[in-house]
Amino acid sequence: MEQNILRLDPKLKLVYVWQQPVRIFHWVNALSILVLCITGYLIGAPLAIQSGTEASFNYWFGVNRAIHFIAAYVFFFNFIFRLYWAFVGNKYSTWNNYVPYKKSQWKAIWEVLKIDIFQLKLGPYETIGHNYLASTTYLATFVAFLLQSLTGFGLYAAMSPSWFPKLFAWFVPLLGGDMAARHIHHLLMWVFILFAMIHIYLVFYHDFIERNGVTSSMIGGWKFIEQHEEEDKDK
Amino acid sequence: MNNKRPTVFEEFKARGYSRREFITFCGLMGAWLGLEASGVSQVVKALETKKRPAIIWLHFQECTCCSESFIRSSHPLVADILLDKISLDYTETLMAAAGHQAEKSLHDTMTNYKGEYILMVEGSIPKKEDGVYCCIGGKSSYDILLEAAEGASAIVAWGSCASNGCVQSASPNPTGATAISKIIKGKPIINVPGCPPIAEVMAGVVVHLLAFDRIPALDSQGRPKAFYSRRVHDSCYRRPNYDAGLFVETFDDENAKKGYCLYKMGCKGPNTYNACGIIRWNNGVSFPIQSGHPCIGCSENNFWDHGPFYQHLKEYPGFGIESTADRIGLGLGIATAAAIGTHAVTTNIRKRKLIMKGRKEIEAEQSNE
Repeated sequence: MEQNILRLDPKLKLVYVWQQPVRIFHWVNALSILVLCITGYLIGAPLAIQSGTEASFNYWFGVNRAIHFIAAYVFFFNFIFRLYWAFVGNKYSTWNNYVPYKKSQWKAIWEVLKIDIFQLKLGPYETIGHNYLASTTYLATFVAFLLQSLTGFGLYAAMSPSWFPKLFAWFVPLLGGDMAARHIHHLLMWVFILFAMIHIYLVFYHDFIERNGVTSSMIGGWKFIEQHEEEDKDK
Repeated sequence: MNNKRPTVFEEFKARGYSRREFITFCGLMGAWLGLEASGVSQVVKALETKKRPAIIWLHFQECTCCSESFIRSSHPLVADILLDKISLDYTETLMAAAGHQAEKSLHDTMTNYKGEYILMVEGSIPKKEDGVYCCIGGKSSYDILLEAAEGASAIVAWGSCASNGCVQSASPNPTGATAISKIIKGKPIINVPGCPPIAEVMAGVVVHLLAFDRIPALDSQGRPKAFYSRRVHDSCYRRPNYDAGLFVETFDDENAKKGYCLYKMGCKGPNTYNACGIIRWNNGVSFPIQSGHPCIGCSENNFWDHGPFYQHLKEYPGFGIESTADRIGLGLGIATAAAIGTHAVTTNIRKRKLIMKGRKEIEAEQSNE
């Protein structure tokens, strides 16, 4: 672990980690989730607007819902695109990063937990792409994405004339009806909010302590990786 | 036992109804079922010529509100003819026979019309302790249902009890109350949920069975599409207020007086599939929302377990009184923020350590040189 302790004058190497489609996915996803959470929360708990006017003068709640539905389409197809990219992208973005099917991956998750979360050990734990704790968390978020899409479009099917949401209509009866689907959809919104809080904090944390440029890596795609002397000798 | 079965029209005439009234009835039924004009004449013809099928109407765990609703149908012919004649075969509440006579009547219908009779069930089946919670004539309702379903051509599950279990199946479901469709497999089952279902919906289902000899088109939950394909919300006359964002905040506020949307009062209209907003109740006089009360979603699965009637979010009793998804979410959010704060403090301490170590390393290297 000694060589992993940060030096003040590290030799840094640039690695192109996040390809442009991955970065576009990330920001479209972030933006659509932000819009969906705000409009979704408002759908669940509309503002108390005391208004003396007739209903025919207003449509803000209808507009709010329309924005929610449009953002849902953006979110869903963006998500589908990312699933596609998990099979054609570079080695940092393929599906096998996200599924902890090997024992070594579970060991790595435990290591990251000890170093980054419980801070029992001095770090950093070096990885170029996602560390395995992060990627496993992303797998969980992908399951949440899927559930949110199924419940959301499933509920939307009843009020949409379009054929597309009807493709999801089968899912709602499995849960026992609209009410159950609605509860799950609402609870998952909070999962997204909590995820966003922790996610943003951990990005700050990693950049703060590891100086690998993780924040800007989602803008430019590059990360800084420390080159160790042993590795240099090997080459 | 009536061996020569008259047609429905013959029964109408015997009751003293005119042909005009009969045609009016058929027209109404056609409209409720959403039939096209030619469909109405089909109904007329069928009711004129076809023999009325044998019907067994069983009552299990229920409050008879379905029967009560049915006899309050806006068109008296429905209850008068259909229900009165139904009682000829077997129905605990309305038949004249009692005791062994009644049991014989049931048995006769089941053997004489095996494979032909329509079984209508009001109420759920308790399955716990061998079904001891509902016994009739020394037999458990479970056994009676299995026996009666055996020779039935189709089964109608009246009301939320028979369709999804209703209040007696609410958590923790002490008697193991179970819906008909979860017990009987391999028979066409029509679920007509509602607590009670609308009388005209019940009449519509009966007329459809009589007129067309087949079950009406059903949705994924086994409900007739003609009545359960739209949400109460989508056919609600207060809907424009919802889209405009005008909501009743408390039952006694100005907005309630103006008839704004009851969504924030826990109205389950947006999650409930029924025809209340269109057919309404008591000859189209009103329905709950029109009377200023939020829909409680009585025709939806497990509506008793989906939280209080007067709020939209379910409560989670394990987390304390009045914990909804939003309260729990907010609590977890605060906890997360606190954890992040702590983590940030320890991270700072750690960063200091790392810098000190790095500095020492450089100093060591420099002294080596």
